[in-house]
Amino acid sequence: MTPDIEHFLAVGALLFSMGLAISLTKRNAIGVLMGIELMLNSVNLTLLTFARFSEGGRAVTGHAFVAFVITVAAAEAAVALALAVSVYRNRTTVDVDRINLLKS
Amino acid sequence: MEGGGAAVAFWALAAVTLGAAGGVVVSRNILHAVLFLILTFIGVAGFFALLSAPFIAVAQVVIYVGAISVLMLFAIMLTPRAGRDNGETRMLLPGVLLAVCLAAVFLFVIYDTTWGVPADDPGITASDLGAALMSTWVVPFELASVLLTAALVGAIMLVRSPREEAEDAVR
Repeated sequence: MTPDIEHFLAVGALLFSMGLAISLTKRNAIGVLMGIELMLNSVNLTLLTFARFSEGGRAVTGHAFVAFVITVAAAEAAVALALAVSVYRNRTTVDVDRINLLKS
Repeated sequence: MEGGGAAVAFWALAAVTLGAAGGVVVSRNILHAVLFLILTFIGVAGFFALLSAPFIAVAQVVIYVGAISVLMLFAIMLTPRAGRDNGETRMLLPGVLLAVCLAAVFLFVIYDTTWGVPADDPGITASDLGAALMSTWVVPFELASVLLTAALVGAIMLVRSPREEAEDAVR
């Protein structure tokens, strides 16, 4: 059975759902970040799928978009992990349930 | 997309990627979760190669498997007393339910839509991508470099220890 566009999109959709489940349910802030990275990756997979199955002139747009998404994801990961380390330094925890300073 | 080789590669990559992502979902030790996440990234890189995007596949391996995973491992090692626990919050049931519903909607839409005749492989090479980034997308490209610089400076500022900040304030 040769893989069609539906199969690639289905893998992307399942990866996105798993990333959503991870980021909604994990208690560790770094675990939440893993879910977000997984979602960004699945979006990249979907973009490249559409690029692969579209006409030649437009396909390169999808590749350029994926390059930008990877850049933004790298910046986001660096800042988010720095925030996690910074929160740990002040509260000795990265548990999102126990970071509730604003909930007086 | 022709031949049995592509089909074998697709199903093997799908099994590895989705299996490793499931490992991230269920693993209770955060270090195991990172290792499963690395395997997921490698699987997605394989998908990129299968979708004839060689440059993006290599970038995925270098950036995600190389840099972001190491950054995550560092963050875990730098938060030693926070524990290695990667348990779930009380939102486990609603979160999983939402994800399952979302997956069902996505899959329904994907398999319900008529996608038309698949085009031939556009064959985007790294030089095509580079030419596009340097002509059509040159402004976003430069903005991305500014964003990266700002993010990395911000990250360095965030993780400085209070002692270092006190030393800088004296000067």
